[in-house]
Amino acid sequence: MTAAPIRFDVNGVAHSVEVSPWKRLLDVLRDDLRLTGTKEGCGEGECGACTVLLDGVPVNSCLVAAGQCDGRTVTTVEGLARRGGDGETMLHAVQRELVERGGAQCGICTPGIAVCAAHLCDRGALAGAADPRARVRELLAGNICRCTGYQLIVDAVIAAAAAAVPALPPTDDAGERTP
Amino acid sequence: MTGYLRPATLADAVAAHAAHPDWMVLAGGTDLMVNANHRSAPPGIVDLCGCAELRGIVRDADTIRIAAGTTWLDIIGHEWVVAQVPILAAAAGEIGALQIQARGTIGGNIVTSSPVGDSLPVLLALDATLELASPRGRRDVPYRSFTTGYRTTVLAADELIAAITIPVPAAGTRLAWRKVGTRAAQSISKVMAAAAIHVEHGLISWARFGLGAVAERPIRAAAAEAAATGRPPDADTGRAVAVALADEIRPITDVRSAADYRLEVAQSLLMRFVINAGKLP
Repeated sequence: MTAAPIRFDVNGVAHSVEVSPWKRLLDVLRDDLRLTGTKEGCGEGECGACTVLLDGVPVNSCLVAAGQCDGRTVTTVEGLARRGGDGETMLHAVQRELVERGGAQCGICTPGIAVCAAHLCDRGALAGAADPRARVRELLAGNICRCTGYQLIVDAVIAAAAAAVPALPPTDDAGERTP
Repeated sequence: MTGYLRPATLADAVAAHAAHPDWMVLAGGTDLMVNANHRSAPPGIVDLCGCAELRGIVRDADTIRIAAGTTWLDIIGHEWVVAQVPILAAAAGEIGALQIQARGTIGGNIVTSSPVGDSLPVLLALDATLELASPRGRRDVPYRSFTTGYRTTVLAADELIAAITIPVPAAGTRLAWRKVGTRAAQSISKVMAAAAIHVEHGLISWARFGLGAVAERPIRAAAAEAAATGRPPDADTGRAVAVALADEIRPITDVRSAADYRLEVAQSLLMRFVINAGKLP
């Protein structure tokens, strides 16, 4: 009942951590698992920077207690990309479009937006929307960006939702695309 | 070290709460986990999220019963809620944003009992009843008599909210809901108003007005309701309702809004609800 390890699946990997059940999932991810892609913005559930999927549903990881994660599945921004058959990293379409269209500025909100938008695209949440741009803005209302104007973010999500094209190859350390 | 229990049944949850009265009862965490890293840990957590009995919506001919741990996301898209009590689905859809709707629960909103709790004016307008569970048994409490003051309620120390029962509105009932805040998502309300207005033979036979953010707790506007009763749903009645409301609420000025603005908006909303009730077929 106390001090029992918390066992959960993060990005397809089974983890067991001995932490207080009161510890925030956000801190478990960053401090215990060193998955620092998930960012802390406000710590109050307002900004969405710390969004992860808990059993496939977007949640603010700052508002989830570690104890509540036992036996559950978490997907962070590090878990969006896939390994291709040749071992290459295949970015999720949302990540690829955010990169291609410059849908990011300082980058703190970007992982949360990528996670939330990937979830929406994977579930076809934009399918049949009369006004897809308005739908994106409504569904991403819990992800606040304080740098920019959302236009390029919305563009990227719309493009990702429409695209069923293969991911671009990853970049090397110098930022050059490998052929 | 903080203790942790995840009861699988309501009976186990009640027992855990009774055995550990100083432990935090936690559901979606959208209130209780805010800034958790800056606050001292509770002695333990009774986590309600593993309790299937506390999640789901059922109905019979006259009522819709929502288990207390049902999330806003479950409520927003539920066909019975949308069909019978659409103002609850609408209010749920304006709570926070997707991440909050996926975690926050209707029971949590009720037990937190914030004066700006988004669903609370709707529950007043719909005349909801709460089902409370404790080791002493179950009891039903009308939601209108549940709150007693600023974030205080009649919930006993050993009780949990098990479910919320909403009567299906009678034919001829017009429902309305409006939240006024700084932006559509993620904003704490300046004023909220909900109404159930029953019109028969061209006259308002009864009205229930629920208001939020205009008092230390969510309230029914009894004088405004009386001013509407027996009169046609028109602009004159709307003005009479607004006048009555000015005598019965004393909103405050705070960081989110000003007293005179809150009163004027609350008056305008009820007036509009009354007038619109006359326009609907």
